[in-house]
Amino acid sequence: MIPRWLLLPAGLGALLVAVPIVAMALTVDWANFGALVTSDASTDALLLSLRTAAVSTLLCLLLGIPLAAVLARSSGAATTALRSLVLLPLVIPPVVGGIALLQAFGRRGVLGSTLEVLGLEIAFSTTAVVIAQTFVAMPFLVLSVEGALRTAGTRFEEVAATLGARPGTVFRRITVPLVLPGLASGTILAFARCLGEFGATITFAGSLQGTTRTLPLEIYLQRESDPRAAVALSLVLVAVAVLIIGLTRGRRDSLAEGTA
Amino acid sequence: MSALSADLRVADRDVEVHFTVHPGETLALLGANGAGKSTVLAALAGLVRPEGTVRLADRVLSDTTDGTRGTWVPPHDRGMALLAQEARLFPHLTVRDNVAFGPRSRGGHVRRSKNQARDDAERWLAEVGMTAYGDRRPRALSGGQQQRVAIARALATEPQVLLVDEPLAALDVESAPEIRDLLRRVLASRTTILVTHEVLDAALLADRIAVLDAGRIVDSGETTRVLSRPRSDFGARFAGLNLVRGVAHGQALRMPDGRLLHGLTEVPIADGGRAAAVVAPSAVSVHLEAPHGSPRNTLDATIVELEPHGHVVRVRTDLLSADITAAAVAELGLTRGDRVVLSVKATEVHLHPA
Repeated sequence: MIPRWLLLPAGLGALLVAVPIVAMALTVDWANFGALVTSDASTDALLLSLRTAAVSTLLCLLLGIPLAAVLARSSGAATTALRSLVLLPLVIPPVVGGIALLQAFGRRGVLGSTLEVLGLEIAFSTTAVVIAQTFVAMPFLVLSVEGALRTAGTRFEEVAATLGARPGTVFRRITVPLVLPGLASGTILAFARCLGEFGATITFAGSLQGTTRTLPLEIYLQRESDPRAAVALSLVLVAVAVLIIGLTRGRRDSLAEGTA
Repeated sequence: MSALSADLRVADRDVEVHFTVHPGETLALLGANGAGKSTVLAALAGLVRPEGTVRLADRVLSDTTDGTRGTWVPPHDRGMALLAQEARLFPHLTVRDNVAFGPRSRGGHVRRSKNQARDDAERWLAEVGMTAYGDRRPRALSGGQQQRVAIARALATEPQVLLVDEPLAALDVESAPEIRDLLRRVLASRTTILVTHEVLDAALLADRIAVLDAGRIVDSGETTRVLSRPRSDFGARFAGLNLVRGVAHGQALRMPDGRLLHGLTEVPIADGGRAAAVVAPSAVSVHLEAPHGSPRNTLDATIVELEPHGHVVRVRTDLLSADITAAAVAELGLTRGDRVVLSVKATEVHLHPA
């Protein structure tokens, strides 16, 4: 039972989210909606967003799962320090993240000159978009998977080891399947964060149509020139987000069913 | 020659034990909760790192005494399967895949193909009477059924040593006797270390018992000896139990001398089958003459020893031990060598297959 007076602030909270979304849906220029969201610039931006977000999510998985495993299965001051470091992008403003990336990989950055010798120019390329998105989205995946790993505990892994399974086999056949629900929701959260990335991207990757101008950047630009297009494109992003939330719920339920 | 010998210390749990297990033998580590039993098993399995040495046949599994960086064999390479209190079946695998997990996961030349592992699994599921459940998920099984599958899964790895941790503690009273009987069958010729706080499990499953108190072994020896003639006060209080072996005869045990001990059976025992009767010393009373309105069991016996244990005196006879008060000993004027009549209610005599 919850105290009745909680309902008032709870309702206000829900309205704070609902009113702007509904307002956007009400004010969108439905008559020209199709034309607005299918202009060359818009489709370029949407496709670039989907492509980069997909690659970044894959990178988050490749780097984030091992990180989560290390964090979940160790303890001590070093672990705490590593966790704080990995989660840092969650708490710093994305634009600061973008500046930091620029100082590392930019042409005059710490690693930039080395990379330039190798013929790699990262800043203001699609690669930079992917790096920026991975930088800000990976903590979401690490948090979800580490939580799932800690909840699952080591009891099944220990039994698997005494049954003769090597650590690699245990990880593949026991550890990962057991955290699949957490892994799925972490993946979807990370993908959504990649899709919405703005601050780090515009700072580190710039805004070149077809190369680095993702959907959020396109929306921001359109707001100056054609506010109707900005609203229409925003609604597209909302639709994608709603789809993702629905997907998370469905996946999570069916996966929990299989492992609980 | 010993199958397993351990001389180990786990400092942060204050455990320090030394013991050996012979091939095919079951050793029970008997002790109260918190005595360090599970720590010993974890150290043997390689899940915690003990100081000292652990040897399996001619292999050194862990050794911190050989200088340099020591020897350490990881858990998956020890040939020891762990059977835990909860079945710990992998929730995302079917019952059959759980049992096939070990044969499928072994490294090197002993690794089994998918089909071979499947055949192994079927064979072991049949052994524990779970053939019909192969396609189920673990959570669709009862606690007793899960423990059966866990036993099959452990045995399917053909372990050199089986480590069993309180296998019946998490089961309800109905399924515990069945699982105990199953364990008795499968442990018969296997090298096993059984950890338990249940005297009954130790009495029925173990060839030898080591009594563990506060991280140290306070008594160890052949099962009947440890139970009937405990060498430590702790062992006497904790592990005191009469264990009489014989053959089943209806609802009674026929002792080697031909006399009957009436009792209750939890699982059916065929007439003439090997059986054991378990009686707590506190359930046995001592008389100078056969009591009137007598219980089912009145048996003549001769006092061998009178041992004070805390508030009671354990009267050891050539048949059963009885715990009675010091006042009763004085009143009856009991001394060593006296002929007495023991009585025990049939409901206090528990008959088990042995």
